[in-house]
Amino acid sequence: MNPFALMLAAAPERLIVLSPIDLAIIAIYFVAVLMIGFYLKERASTGEDFFLAGREMTAWVAGLAFLSANLGSLELMGWAAASYQYGILATHWYWIGAIPAMLFLGVVMMPFYYISKTHSVPGYLQLRFGEGARGLSAVTFAFMTVLMSGINMYSMALVMKVVLGWDINFSIWVSSITVAVYVALGGLRSAIFNEVLQFVLIWLGAMLIPILGLIEAGGWTNLQAKIASNWAGQDFTSLWSTLGTFEGNPMGIHWTGIVLGLGWVISFGYWTTDFLVVQRVLAAKDLRAAKMAPIIGAWFKMLVPFIVILPGLLGLGLLDIKLTGEAEAIATGGHSYNEVLPLMMARYLGPGLLGLGITALIAGFMSGMAGNVSAFATVWTYDIYRAFMKKDASDSHYVSMGRWCTIVGVLVSIGTAYLVMQFLSIMDYVQALFSFFIAPLFGTVLLGMLWKRATPAGGFWGLLAGTVSSIAMWAWVKADPSVLSIIALSPNAKDMAENMYRALWSWTVCVLVTVVVSYMTKPKPIEELRGLVYGATDIPSEHGVPLMSKPAFWAWVVGAVFVVLNVIFW
Amino acid sequence: MTGENGQISIWYFIGCLLTIYGVLITGSGIYELFSPPARPVVLAEFHAAIWWGLLMLGGGLTYIYFFRPSKDNK
Repeated sequence: MNPFALMLAAAPERLIVLSPIDLAIIAIYFVAVLMIGFYLKERASTGEDFFLAGREMTAWVAGLAFLSANLGSLELMGWAAASYQYGILATHWYWIGAIPAMLFLGVVMMPFYYISKTHSVPGYLQLRFGEGARGLSAVTFAFMTVLMSGINMYSMALVMKVVLGWDINFSIWVSSITVAVYVALGGLRSAIFNEVLQFVLIWLGAMLIPILGLIEAGGWTNLQAKIASNWAGQDFTSLWSTLGTFEGNPMGIHWTGIVLGLGWVISFGYWTTDFLVVQRVLAAKDLRAAKMAPIIGAWFKMLVPFIVILPGLLGLGLLDIKLTGEAEAIATGGHSYNEVLPLMMARYLGPGLLGLGITALIAGFMSGMAGNVSAFATVWTYDIYRAFMKKDASDSHYVSMGRWCTIVGVLVSIGTAYLVMQFLSIMDYVQALFSFFIAPLFGTVLLGMLWKRATPAGGFWGLLAGTVSSIAMWAWVKADPSVLSIIALSPNAKDMAENMYRALWSWTVCVLVTVVVSYMTKPKPIEELRGLVYGATDIPSEHGVPLMSKPAFWAWVVGAVFVVLNVIFW
Repeated sequence: MTGENGQISIWYFIGCLLTIYGVLITGSGIYELFSPPARPVVLAEFHAAIWWGLLMLGGGLTYIYFFRPSKDNK
């Protein structure tokens, strides 16, 4: 059952009561985002404007929007809860589970996305592998994106119900209509503009909790000592040293799952091929900005555990009560893991600051939803509608279709939210479904960009085989749980470990099938691969560019800090 | 997005919002200084609302100054 729904059942009363000043801060935020949408309406008249924000974003704007689209409110709530439950291990999703992939996107993959002038990831697949691969990835992406958006919307409304006592219908409709209005008016430019604003608010609203928490704890070393004292026999503050065995850590995962499953396949799959985030970078004003954007995003991503993971750890060390799983919280009338962030907010934030903290949660939700609907509108309009239904319409027709798609996408999301409300188990299935497509897609795009011999048939059949194998493995474990020891290499593996290994195997199937089919079929002539593949693309030289302006230099700097952080918290 | 082509910079919008929030949060902190709540938060003696609000106000005004729409853009 959805953890947030259980949280609703467990919560005895609202956790936080807002003052008039808090409500004013939230209301001003809504006015601001709508004003931005109306202001930018005039600048979304062409397809290039509406779907690619005119390709004029600076590296900073594209980089912050790239990260903000991923930094949803459920991310803040969910990972704070995960860090209370699993300790600092949750940081892997922000460091090894993101940083190498973001740097790889910036330095290696971005030139091909950008030089090919594609408007989307399915669009790149069409250029490289043809309509089959494009159609498969576009349909699955569009379908899953609106469903995920609805699920996030429902979860967010539940959070607002539990934390603030707000009516679920009110939260769903007000927040979604606001997003629909500003994205439909200003397109991707408005979404990005607001994402940068939301990024700033998320940090300002969430940063005080770790600052005040560390002051109360007396610093990081004292916090570690308090956690060790409160939770004898369990290690919540070591990042790697407990991952030698499946049984040695609360997550039930081995380091190979973290490195190969999360750090390689899932992370690279999400950050380099999920159009929701890649679209922001495609809007950069030139190739150098496009390469720098993910590197800037990586820098801030590395800092996110400070506002997400640390509050959970502070809860472990400082809260007088012990939070439990949802079922136990319902039985005992206590608080669950998922309430750790609201509890820490209520602990430190008085009137005004509390409103800012709640605004950060709402901003997170809206940035994620705007990312979903703007990416959906682009993929539907360009990769499904124009590719398969109406090929020769005018540019203004496609812009109009994009605006309607935004509204329809939001309405479908709202419908999904109500569907989930009736049938909660849908949420588990849809989240599993989403994971089916990411890992194989990464295999297809990676081979497409780096291997000239990959053929259109190889790309299509590899993508299909990888996706089908992922679904088959998931269904096999559902039908016979004992198979878990084969898929995840251990009968003790938990859900997260199963996801890691399933992603790894499905990616491997995709790559193997692509290679075998490619060797059996005729490759494209080299002339058709210009601008799409390594070895057939002239990438502008950075010779003569000052060191401080070179994306590769900053990638090395971020990479070095990433290594140092992992060693410090080993 | 940086103010070229007659467009107001995104950072200017952010500056305006931070300034408004800074005034509201600082004001709220000062009010609490003279009228403490019945159930104060942990570390209330740090008056986080005042210094955090002032930080936002300072940041907001700085952004407004540096990214204000130029005469050419009007």
